[in-house]
Amino acid sequence: MTQDKTAQRPVRILIAKAGLDGHDRGAKVIARALRDAGMEVIYTGLHQTVENIVRAAIQEDVDCIGLSILSGAHMTLFPELLNTLKKEKAEDIVVFGGGIIPKDDIEALKALGVKQVFIPGTHTQYVIDWIKANVPVSE
Amino acid sequence: MVKKTNDAPPFFKSPSYRAWREKVYASQKERKAHFESISFRDQPELVTPENGGSVDYAADLGNPGEYPYTRGVQPTMYRGRLWTMRQFAGFGSPEDTNRRFKYLLEHGQTGLSTAFDMPSLMGYDPDNARSLGEVGREGVSVATIEDMEILFGGIGLDQVTTSMTINCTATVAFALYFAVAKRRNISFDKLGGTIQNDMFKEFIAQKEWICPPAPSVKLTCDVIEFCSQAAPKFNPVSISGYHIREAGATAVQELAFTIADGLGYVDHCLGRGMKIDDFAPRLSFFFDVHNDFFEEIAKFRAARRLWARLMRERYGAKTDAACKLRTHAQTAGVSLTAQQPVNNVARVAMQALAAILGGVQSLHTNSMDETLSLPTEDAVRVALRTQQIIADESGVTNVIDPLGGSYYVERLTNEIEAEAMRYISQIDAMGGMLHAVEVGFPQKEIAEAAYKFQLGVDAGEQVIVGVNRYSEGGEQEIPILKIDHSVEKQQIERVKAFKEQRNKAAWSHAIESVESACREGRNVVPVLIDAVEVGVTLGEVSDIYRKVFGVYTDPGML
Repeated sequence: MTQDKTAQRPVRILIAKAGLDGHDRGAKVIARALRDAGMEVIYTGLHQTVENIVRAAIQEDVDCIGLSILSGAHMTLFPELLNTLKKEKAEDIVVFGGGIIPKDDIEALKALGVKQVFIPGTHTQYVIDWIKANVPVSE
Repeated sequence: MVKKTNDAPPFFKSPSYRAWREKVYASQKERKAHFESISFRDQPELVTPENGGSVDYAADLGNPGEYPYTRGVQPTMYRGRLWTMRQFAGFGSPEDTNRRFKYLLEHGQTGLSTAFDMPSLMGYDPDNARSLGEVGREGVSVATIEDMEILFGGIGLDQVTTSMTINCTATVAFALYFAVAKRRNISFDKLGGTIQNDMFKEFIAQKEWICPPAPSVKLTCDVIEFCSQAAPKFNPVSISGYHIREAGATAVQELAFTIADGLGYVDHCLGRGMKIDDFAPRLSFFFDVHNDFFEEIAKFRAARRLWARLMRERYGAKTDAACKLRTHAQTAGVSLTAQQPVNNVARVAMQALAAILGGVQSLHTNSMDETLSLPTEDAVRVALRTQQIIADESGVTNVIDPLGGSYYVERLTNEIEAEAMRYISQIDAMGGMLHAVEVGFPQKEIAEAAYKFQLGVDAGEQVIVGVNRYSEGGEQEIPILKIDHSVEKQQIERVKAFKEQRNKAAWSHAIESVESACREGRNVVPVLIDAVEVGVTLGEVSDIYRKVFGVYTDPGML
């Protein structure tokens, strides 16, 4: 079936903060920028468990999850998120990340299934364009 | 030979700023439509006595060490004693951080500053499920008196001053530190240092909390009360603009919300029956020092004057000590770039210079690698050397408040003070900071400023060298610190073993004492010092706080 591009619904996206990390400047700025770009954005607020994030993602029927981590716990929380999505048969939800994440870890996270990782200094338009190009919007 | 012109030189006229401006701008174009500071404040092309550069020396400046302290809180400033060079450090196990402390002291650092890991900061022991992946990563893991003893092993608690950056669990960290001193037979009046213990700014910016704002502020003030009675050299709170600024606030918002936080604590302490001149001298401050050089210098000068005036005029403080705003500063972590990270050394140097020209009492300089990870020893050494170069080579320490009287700096100081005061009046009208925080007023103002700044960066109006101008792609690589993953396992096993070994009867009695002190609204600090001595852990005290005071959750406002 062919889709009329102009009639396509907006991307639904969950911006999430997990663990004990309190840095929310980046997550909030990105959430607003995506919303201003016409996407439907839900923000979890701070200190969520991965379980809560996955539950919210399924309930809200989002297309992707953007997980922000600046606490150094990324090598624990991203794998946990991917595994929980798989367990809940929701692995079609695209996962991307942002935060203070060293280069070697970015490679490792991509190998695990995190689609993209944005570090500080990324232009918000770059994130918007990436989502448009890489997050399929199902009917 | 002076070239002769037909125009007579205007020696007989006083130079008029307005006439000069009209003449120059009739023909000259500027390279931008408008000039503004990093905080979106319009900048004049020139300041003269005619447009805000004049100053009333006695009323607005005063001499150094004299009210209203615009020129500095100490009469001799850096000629008498340099600022304390205090690099924030903490990672991994208490042993790891103890080694870093000793490294810094060997390299000429003059005070210690402790960074705790997220579980310690949020009130969880390493063996709690919520701590998984975070133990020892962003700071040092400390849950027990044993951890605190190892952290300060071989370091004389009465020889150095120690700062601890911890907030919702500050009461416990404070008790652990004081309990270690007690074990070493060091009397409390010999302990010098600072505990951050500033809960208002947690709700505003840093977002580390356990219980709602009202009981959190009560716990903050328990430490203030304890120190004003028993530990006269210890600063029980470091009222912090740093995190407010890092979250995206402008310079004025940083100043205004920090001062308003301070007023919030003052009001609470007065409400308990404490006397302003007894506790206000123990209040200390902590500001960010960001990129905009003169704006930052003026911010420190305005901060001192504003606080002094409020203490004297609003609260009737009689002592000089109650009116003096003493402050630590840290260079702006948020200004550092992951791209071309060596450039950060230049940023930090200029920010540090602004802090010194602003007259701070202690300073942390960030390391170039801190947007990538915690700093390596080499990166920390460059940051510390930056302070030493300012202290020993630049000559800026020779003269007190060298920018005092600068038309521009004095006008900026006046403007920043007045703009901050407008925010403070707005918060007063809301019924004070406690209510303002509960309804999310400062949080919202900051989020707006952060978003506006990002839009400016995206549009290229706010220039970040190496990011949106002069970017190179193919990034410079610098070595970064890796935290050993075995630390978490080791700390989990250690806390489990600790809990096995303690005297069960003494422990359960202590738990009950802490809980009843909380329920009865008594000062928890003396009870906690006794409790941690018999093995009550940081996570266990936090559980009592959760049970008695309730749990706060993020409203998640965008």
